Amino acid sequence: MENKDDILEVRNLTINFKTYAGKVQAIRDISFDLKKGETLAIVGESGSGKSVTTRSIMGLNAPNAEIAGGSIKFKDEEILDKNEKQLSKLRGKSIAEIFQDPMTSLDPTMKVGKQVAEPLRIHQGMSKEKAMEKALEIMKLVGITNAKERINDYPYQFSGGMRQRIVIAIALVNYPQVLIADEPTTALDVTIQAKILHLMKELQTKINTSIIFITHDLGVVAGMADRVAVMYAGKIVEYGTVDEIFYNAKHPYTWGLLGSMPTLDTDADVLPSIPGTPPDLLEPPVGDAFAARNKYALKIDTLKQPPFFKVSNTHYAATWLLDDRAPKVTPPADIVKRQEHFKATHNN
Amino acid sequence: MLEENAPKILEVEGLKQYFNVGKADEVKAVDDISFDVYKGETFGLVGESGSGKTTTGRAISHLYEPTAGKIIFDGKDVSKLRHKAQKQQFRSDIQTIFQDPYASLNPRMKVEDIVAEGIDINHLAKDKEDRKHQVEDLLETVGLNKEHANRYPHEFSGGQRQRIGIARALAVKPKFIIADEPISALDVSIQAQVVNLLKDLQKKRKLTYLFIAHDLSMVKYISDRIGVMHYGRMLEIADADELYANPLHDYTRSLLSAVPVPDPEYERSRQAFDYDASKEDDGKNRKLVEIAPRHYVRASEDEIDMYKQRLKK
Repeated sequence: MENKDDILEVRNLTINFKTYAGKVQAIRDISFDLKKGETLAIVGESGSGKSVTTRSIMGLNAPNAEIAGGSIKFKDEEILDKNEKQLSKLRGKSIAEIFQDPMTSLDPTMKVGKQVAEPLRIHQGMSKEKAMEKALEIMKLVGITNAKERINDYPYQFSGGMRQRIVIAIALVNYPQVLIADEPTTALDVTIQAKILHLMKELQTKINTSIIFITHDLGVVAGMADRVAVMYAGKIVEYGTVDEIFYNAKHPYTWGLLGSMPTLDTDADVLPSIPGTPPDLLEPPVGDAFAARNKYALKIDTLKQPPFFKVSNTHYAATWLLDDRAPKVTPPADIVKRQEHFKATHNN
Repeated sequence: MLEENAPKILEVEGLKQYFNVGKADEVKAVDDISFDVYKGETFGLVGESGSGKTTTGRAISHLYEPTAGKIIFDGKDVSKLRHKAQKQQFRSDIQTIFQDPYASLNPRMKVEDIVAEGIDINHLAKDKEDRKHQVEDLLETVGLNKEHANRYPHEFSGGQRQRIGIARALAVKPKFIIADEPISALDVSIQAQVVNLLKDLQKKRKLTYLFIAHDLSMVKYISDRIGVMHYGRMLEIADADELYANPLHDYTRSLLSAVPVPDPEYERSRQAFDYDASKEDDGKNRKLVEIAPRHYVRASEDEIDMYKQRLKK
């Protein structure tokens, strides 16, 4: 580990998928850290590589995935060197995942109590009775009402929100050090979503786990994340603390994302949108992959991939606009407003 | 946008839509709701899953026979259309844009035939040449190329597919479009493109929208007026700005307090507001009451004063 505060370090990870059409370059040289006890949000459009990244941390990528380079270190262990047997010792114990759809991630033919107890039986070799006792405890912790009576119910007897609580209980039952939450509330209604997010935050402090939170909902990110990484076309294009990304974003793609989500105050006649569609990762463009959709693009964007420019000790963005030689541009009005707010509140 | 004194294009009166009537598993999906939609406006319908918003939309396009109540479209009771020509006219006047652009386009049909299906059924094209021409026009209207006509749905991205769905809806020159969660399946950056397209089309073609969604920020942005549904009931109707500035019903308040906002400082100070649904079933007789001009809330006689007080604050 390069830094003792880190629990997970990803370096230069590159993943391709072999398909009939050719090689899809899903992850193109990404690096990031996860610190102990923090929540890191990864945001971006579908196909930007968010889920592929986390799936490779779990060793769960599809058989046609090919890890072309890089490393994923969990504490001092290299995950990419592990075989299936070693990985399954890690999964559900030290690293756990909450999946998106509570309707499909539970076994419909198994009583929920048994499903919650299963990771305890497998990883800690607990007796049936003891595991069920512990399962009941964690079901109470995630807020299942009448947990004692409901422990022998089947998933179909629960509502979507309650099912997602059970999925969370399964993920947390072994007190994992890293929790991956892949769009955990996207399938839920807003009122239920608010409760689940609140619960996740509470449990995080209780068992001191680090969370990687994947979502495309920037509202959820604003409420959950300590730090944010923005992904586009298989690359991280900007990362920083939640305040730096929301109030002082530097990459035009981040500007576009922030702008295209109306807030309750938006009354513009035309919603700012990002024109076009993401590039084909069978043949990623040379230079900055976002250039074709970027009205601030410079000539060099089509020629050379921008490196990360340092904005602060915690904030980096990969855009040529931050180069000393680049012309000064004015971001969209709503971003300027956010940046002014940042200057006023973070005067350093 | 809504003009002053616009005429009503749709009147829903005491609509009830029950399923499995008389059986043990009877479901009151829509339970006695009434609202009007004015010509040229966007009426947003929000609520959680199971609140009855989609059922309401389907009942309006007469995919169900209502259990009780009336749906009056353009002055005519939808249930009483008898002549084939009248029915066909009604089915062209109301079109739906569906939620899932992956499931709502036939994967075995070319885009040209998907878009032209309504044209064929209603005999709106003079000849093959005219049909082709109309399809190309429609594709360009929704921001696609005419070369796309010969392709199949799988060759398109989600946002493009939704554009094909919009072109299909426009083909029969509707007056009223039911957009049932039209952007929920799309990426954030693409959502804005589709919403802008819908707004633009409304202006150019004088369309009226019923916009069904659960994303409250987007609904506020696109709607003139909004109705809030819960458990098959309409709890509150108001102008979009008014509803968000002065939500009266506890359920509306809890819904708004739960919307995640892309602003970390706001999120850190968020106050969640819980709603207790059992209050609705205390046996009191409730109906929509106009508390302030154009602002309706479902209330019993003794609650009216409380809501008036609430509005003053």
